[in-house]
Amino acid sequence: MEWFRSIMLPPQGSAFAAEVDALYMFLFWLSAVLFLGIASAAIYFAFRYRYVPGRVTPHITHNTTLEIVWSVLPLLLCGVIFFWGLNGWMEYSVAPGESMEIQITAKKWLWTFEYPDGSRTANDIHVPIGKPVKFIMTSEDVLHDFFVPDMRVKHDIVPGRYTEVWFTPTVLGPHHFTCAEYCGKGHSDMNGKMTVDNEADFKKWLETGGDDWKNYPPEVWGQMQREQKGCATCHSIDGTRGQGPSWKGIYGKMEKMSDGRSYLVDEAYMQESMMQPNAKVVAGFEPIMPSFQGLLHPQDIRGLIAYIKTLK
Amino acid sequence: MAQALTHSEPHIGDRPRPAKNYLNATTGIWSWMTTVDHKRIGVMYLVAVSSAFFVGGMFALMIRLTLLTPSHKLFGKVLIDADTYNRVFTLHGAIMVFLFIIPSIPGSLANFVLPLMLGAKDVAFPRLNLASFYLWCTGAILAVVSMIFGAVDTGWTFYTPYSTTTQNSVGIMTMAVFILGFSSIFTGLNFIATTHKLRAPGMGWFDMPLFVWGTYATAIIQVLATPVLGITMVLLALERTFNIGIFDPKIGGDPVLFQHFFWFYSHPAVYIMIVPGMAIISEIIPTFSRKTIFGYRAIAYSSVALALLGFLVWGHHMFVAGQSELATVVFSALTFLVAIPSGVKLFNWLATMYKGNISLETPMLYAISFILLFAIGGLTGIFLGALSTDVHLTDTYFVVAHFHYVMMGGTVIAFIGGVHYWWPKITGRMYSEKWGRIGCALVFVGFNMTFLTQFFLGSKGMPRRYYNYLDQYQPLHAFSTFGSWVLGMGLFITAAYLFASLRKPYDAPDNPWGGTTMEWLTSSPPIEHNFEEQPVLEHEPYDYRPKVKKHA
Repeated sequence: MEWFRSIMLPPQGSAFAAEVDALYMFLFWLSAVLFLGIASAAIYFAFRYRYVPGRVTPHITHNTTLEIVWSVLPLLLCGVIFFWGLNGWMEYSVAPGESMEIQITAKKWLWTFEYPDGSRTANDIHVPIGKPVKFIMTSEDVLHDFFVPDMRVKHDIVPGRYTEVWFTPTVLGPHHFTCAEYCGKGHSDMNGKMTVDNEADFKKWLETGGDDWKNYPPEVWGQMQREQKGCATCHSIDGTRGQGPSWKGIYGKMEKMSDGRSYLVDEAYMQESMMQPNAKVVAGFEPIMPSFQGLLHPQDIRGLIAYIKTLK
Repeated sequence: MAQALTHSEPHIGDRPRPAKNYLNATTGIWSWMTTVDHKRIGVMYLVAVSSAFFVGGMFALMIRLTLLTPSHKLFGKVLIDADTYNRVFTLHGAIMVFLFIIPSIPGSLANFVLPLMLGAKDVAFPRLNLASFYLWCTGAILAVVSMIFGAVDTGWTFYTPYSTTTQNSVGIMTMAVFILGFSSIFTGLNFIATTHKLRAPGMGWFDMPLFVWGTYATAIIQVLATPVLGITMVLLALERTFNIGIFDPKIGGDPVLFQHFFWFYSHPAVYIMIVPGMAIISEIIPTFSRKTIFGYRAIAYSSVALALLGFLVWGHHMFVAGQSELATVVFSALTFLVAIPSGVKLFNWLATMYKGNISLETPMLYAISFILLFAIGGLTGIFLGALSTDVHLTDTYFVVAHFHYVMMGGTVIAFIGGVHYWWPKITGRMYSEKWGRIGCALVFVGFNMTFLTQFFLGSKGMPRRYYNYLDQYQPLHAFSTFGSWVLGMGLFITAAYLFASLRKPYDAPDNPWGGTTMEWLTSSPPIEHNFEEQPVLEHEPYDYRPKVKKHA
């Protein structure tokens, strides 16, 4: 029956998926049998007792035994189904204590993921196989919903509170995730790729950020990093003053620092400002920028510098 | 043909047709606009809700056409972009729910038939009845106004904080829904009072036709649940206008609270929609089986049970929405209880057909369609009531398919069946039986093509309210769209032959189907005051024993 399950449902990517599918298939066959029973009774009666002029029908008002039977039997069946569903629900609701925690911030129409080591990604995640992963989710604007069909999990993401969802991935390779709570124009495009890696590949991905950057010119990669790593929160690209200096036209400029001295903004200065941001703070700004030591991979730093250079 | 099917019963007799009936007793548009005759109001409601069904149906065809291919192109052009699509599915839902299904059976058929079934001259409050209709019109006009001012794109559920922050005419649409709510409350109040006070001499509670029981149970829900919708819409409007912080988390509100309020009305509203549908089926089946209804009391009580249980299960719309895990478990358990009264009705209808004398005219074909489609709608509800499977299936096309099987396969099929059943009484004309059967077959096939497909889409993980979709879903989407054309064709044919029948002179007998309830005792169409003399109940409802009288 495995072939039939695979026609009806997405591939199974987690242990929980097997639990859900077992109940789904049970309900499918139960419904099929009950429907065929009801349909054949209706059609058989319509045919067997078809109209004959003048025939008088028996006056059968009720049958207490029969009525009790067809009330109690479905009730018992429903009880079994309820507890079967409850069993899966308990598994779904309670994440194991040793789960790896990934923070999700959803907004129109972007997924941002943050790993325990502080590294962040957008619309693209990697998780290690065979280990429970717990997603702690919140939204910046409206309702969203993190839905991973292969894992059979979904949960709404609510602004102003944290919700959780977890699973243990069991199948290597890419899986689709998508937004399942209506959130406006870009709702149906708010999706991404989750790659299940083996332990070694996952570690390598966390350290190096993977090989995705090779597909982009450095300045485009840099522009993506500005969004994904959070630079955009404080540094504008149009000259607007934020928590930090705008990036517009900053490359090649002599900047006055808070200690009174002036420095040329070049590759060396920019690299230093990412790693040790408070060594030289531009005059008029607070020394509040966190260090990105370890969060930015070499290709990210190269990309960001290339991108800033383009902002004339 | 219909004449030939009536059989010799003491209460089926044709008198000469009276010259004046409720349609021609007074003339002119003003006599209709100011009428307090429940029959005329019922007819006006029938025209009004059918128009809403037509508009909502056009939006449905647009949705399906957009989803025919993942590129949304037709003849090389993108006809509907994402923003427009979001407005179209919102309008489809809002119009179908608030302007069509909720008022459909109570407003039109029950308005017409309920006083006749009770042997009464009119409803208890005829002016309130007319007020209800004009409130419906006001709501409909506001809904049209909201479309002119950019149309709502929130989905018919108006979930916050999207609905409190989006820039469009949500305010006008919530006003429309608020007013439509009062229209529904007025209808419900009227039916409760009518059922209590205006029953014919000799008619006790358990002598009432089951359609009256269903309408009465529905009226209780309308009166008790609809105010909550009104309150919710007022809070939503206040939130949008004054930023008071009830639903928007940015100013201290809770978006999940909105969902609790909304479903506290909108789940009982599901029973406002389906219970009258079941009530129609409980009339059609015994009439065309020419046999007494099986388990009269069980069917009557199950209507009331559904009405009451309907208030206790709203949380099953929110299993993964952020309500407490314990609440979710309790709501799941309560949801399974709904299965019992629904199943009881289904088994009772089948038992009524057993050893009957069954003819398959159009109303009976719709009733059998209802049994089959409602069975699928009910059984797939179990998938969604069970906790673990719901996690995967909620917010997908599985849910879309499920509620269309209950709302369209259930209520709308029963409504169309009811329109055919009472058409001779309402209009005084018989429709073409041949075209009736063809229309019913097309509707049945088209409906299943459209929506059975969507169970498979949803199981495969296709989320609802999606403009773009993955290529892998295209074959099923395309098949569903083809089905919508067959369904549309069936409904078009149905409208056409029903209209065509109006061109004929009166040709319907008083009791074309051999029904036993009181509406068949008067002429077709009925006279203005319903009955020449006060009818008195002389036999149990659905008593097909020859010449046996209850009080003999």
